[in-house]
Amino acid sequence: MIHSPYIRGNASVQRVMGKVLLALLPGIALYAWKVGAGILVNLALATVVALAAEAAVLKLRRRPLMPTLGDLSAVVTAWLMVLCFPPIAPWWMTVMGTLIAIVAVKHLYGGLGQNPFNPAMVAYCVMIVAYPSLMSQWPAAGELSFSAQLDLILGGVRDIDAVTGATVLDTLRTGLRAADATVAEVMQREAFGLLGGRGWEWLGLGYLAGGLWLLQQRVITWHMPVAFLGALALVAAAFWAHEPTRFADPLFHVVSGGALLAAFFIVTDPVSGATTPRGKLIFAAGVAVIAYLIRSFGAFPDGIAFGVLLMNMCVPLIDMKTQPPVFGHKKGGPR
Amino acid sequence: MIAKLFGFHGGIKPDTHKDESAREPIRRAPLPARLIVPLRHNTRAIARCIVEPGQKVLKGQRIGEAEGVLGTAVHAPTSGTVVEVTHHVMPHPSGLPTGCVVIEPDGEDRWGERVPLDPATCSTRQTVLGHLRDMGIVGMGGAAFPSHIKVGTEKRAGTLILNGAECEPWITSDDRLMRERAPAILRGAEILRELVGATRILVGIEDNKPEAIAAMREAASALDPAPEIVPVPTLYPAGGERQLIRVLTGIEVPHGKLATEFGVQCFNVGTAEAVHRAFDLGEPLIARVVTLTGNVERPGNWEVLIGTPVEDLLPLVDPRPGTDRYLLGGPMMGFAMPDLSVPVVKGTNCIIAASPELFPPPPPEQPCIRCGACAEACPADLQPFELYWFSRARNFGKAQEYHLFDCIECGCCAYVCPSNIPLVDYYRFAKSEIWAREREQNAADQARERFEFRNYRIEREKAEKAARLAAKAAETKAKLAEGAAAPKADDDPKKALVAAALARAQAQKAAVEPKNTDNLPPAVQAEIAEIEQRRKQATGQTDDAPAADGTAATGDEARKARIAVALERAAGRRGEREQEEP
Repeated sequence: MIHSPYIRGNASVQRVMGKVLLALLPGIALYAWKVGAGILVNLALATVVALAAEAAVLKLRRRPLMPTLGDLSAVVTAWLMVLCFPPIAPWWMTVMGTLIAIVAVKHLYGGLGQNPFNPAMVAYCVMIVAYPSLMSQWPAAGELSFSAQLDLILGGVRDIDAVTGATVLDTLRTGLRAADATVAEVMQREAFGLLGGRGWEWLGLGYLAGGLWLLQQRVITWHMPVAFLGALALVAAAFWAHEPTRFADPLFHVVSGGALLAAFFIVTDPVSGATTPRGKLIFAAGVAVIAYLIRSFGAFPDGIAFGVLLMNMCVPLIDMKTQPPVFGHKKGGPR
Repeated sequence: MIAKLFGFHGGIKPDTHKDESAREPIRRAPLPARLIVPLRHNTRAIARCIVEPGQKVLKGQRIGEAEGVLGTAVHAPTSGTVVEVTHHVMPHPSGLPTGCVVIEPDGEDRWGERVPLDPATCSTRQTVLGHLRDMGIVGMGGAAFPSHIKVGTEKRAGTLILNGAECEPWITSDDRLMRERAPAILRGAEILRELVGATRILVGIEDNKPEAIAAMREAASALDPAPEIVPVPTLYPAGGERQLIRVLTGIEVPHGKLATEFGVQCFNVGTAEAVHRAFDLGEPLIARVVTLTGNVERPGNWEVLIGTPVEDLLPLVDPRPGTDRYLLGGPMMGFAMPDLSVPVVKGTNCIIAASPELFPPPPPEQPCIRCGACAEACPADLQPFELYWFSRARNFGKAQEYHLFDCIECGCCAYVCPSNIPLVDYYRFAKSEIWAREREQNAADQARERFEFRNYRIEREKAEKAARLAAKAAETKAKLAEGAAAPKADDDPKKALVAAALARAQAQKAAVEPKNTDNLPPAVQAEIAEIEQRRKQATGQTDDAPAADGTAATGDEARKARIAVALERAAGRRGEREQEEP
């Protein structure tokens, strides 16, 4: 027997995930245009593998394929993972990362809604720990032709130091460590553009546009992006003000690496993130602080993925301690 | 004037579907062949039936007397004959039957005596409250809570709110009532205002009812001080009592507290009209306006006598083919009717013919992705998905900790859920499980208390018996001592004991005699008579001139008597135990 309410809005998991995918399109378009179409190959590959892996696990778990396969959540995971990987990552890394995300992190924990960790971020962390050099080879924007990229993706010989290098974050960190250079000196190098990595800085605009649309569509709330970018800028500003020769300015940090992608698409993952308004602020700010510390003092080029996983662990505590007051029980209200 | 409105958190904007039924004026539903008038109008009180089958009743005649604190009276909705006092299925999701008076109308619709009451002339408040109770006035917004309880609280409310928000989709009964009977509503509001001691009246009406707002404003302008008609934004569930109080006054009345404690009191507009009728016309609550809508040819509003079976109303609107069930109340909080023979009750505001086209079955439930859409829609500021996880895991303690009982079951969370989870069902399940456990706990507590008391009583009786025996022994001793002081032949201590035993035996026997000797065969009767005779002789001897040879004889008799007494006592105790443990 069906009980009230007898009417329902038109929301569905598929619509939510579909909107997230749509919101990623501007960023992906800029990516393909500025950096190269190689990313599209990896996106397509990851999509196919994610859906196939999900179907296989569902079969193993003796669950119906639909509507789970059609809810697009696996595709969102796959796309986010690929967007964090280097666009010329060899195909088997994309396949492996996707399998880790979908099979191990999502379905072994019970499938959609049950995973305590962000699948895309676990995949990223595993791969960067296992294959640090491959995960650190990024092409300079616009330097590699599509065929060259395709060749690399399909497993071509990697004698490509001329055209690939580290990300700007990596360059900055190693540069500061190796030489006695200042931030300003390092930033004079070729890899750096107007705001962040040359050419790469445009991608952030695409993610920003998509993210704002998600906000307008009420798929995400303002809490996470604001807290993430705000905390990142704040920590960066504190260090930068303290020693501007050793630390990059806040704007650089906000537009570099995956900061904008993370702010609107990664920390906002509802399943593994905090859910209360205050909890969301704490969660996103925590990710930002950890990311900054790893960027500036750690061994990895970017620390957002580690920040997300560490904060994922804190989610139950954060949620429990930040329950909003309910109707009639508010402080400062009547009695 | 209200300076500003306050919002409440969350809320949704479903399609209202109100135009369909709001166009036509209220019409009077024809008399049905029989009326099934329930004696129960809320979960905690049933009226005591004061009519018998075959009895003629007049319209408005009291047929059920208010009983209990929350009880209200029940009246015959029309003149006719009581044909039956029976149990019948009620318009309640449980489909459980309750006591009903079945009346066959005589078609004359003849009123009994109507006694109006001017509250201003009443010497005591009790009289006024009693009038509300005896006129059967309960909240007509749906909950059917007795109005005399709401009005009768010690604390006075400064603000009286009339709820004309009617936020549920499809329902238009209050809308039509306000358009057509605004002066009566406001007159009732005036009476209620006096009763609760309020200084102002606020009428909250959702701004999708401009005609009702205009009609109420016009009626209000004729009054001094004029009640304030406040259009409130159309946002479900703005008509929830606590939500409307919040919107109009900014006060949040927490779960489990009465609004009066915060200086506000809230009544449905229909209740106000009923109050006007009860005092100014002396008419009890015997009819109400019901919206008949949905998948029907002629949706509209009808004035329906309480007790009219729903199936008698359906021909008025002609349900279209494809109607697969009927909803009672709105689609957000209503329920599917268990049976079409259920009567219209005082809280029935709407009947919707539902078809799969209008109310499609929900898509299959998917896992919760913790997106928080439900938390954003919740007007009680809850985290519905947390309650869902806890309820699902049967972690009821945690669910209560997360304020499960603050949930008003408005359905907003389920409406917005992208995973199509029937969230409210989970809360209903958790609540009823918690209630069941509490009941079990109470029952266990009671059983334990009863058992402990039984043990205590047995101990006490033992002690009392011992004390009694000790007292008797002391008495006998004292008597013996007296006897020794003034020696007499008949005061032999042994004889005294025998006499006491006999007296006791006789007394006990007398107590159970009728039961024991009623159905005995004549032979036994004769034997008893003989023994009786002998005993009399024996005692006579003891009394008059006890001889040395007689002592032995009486000793024999006394032993027999003592055995009889012991047997009877055992039987008596057995009987007692049987009564105790049914």
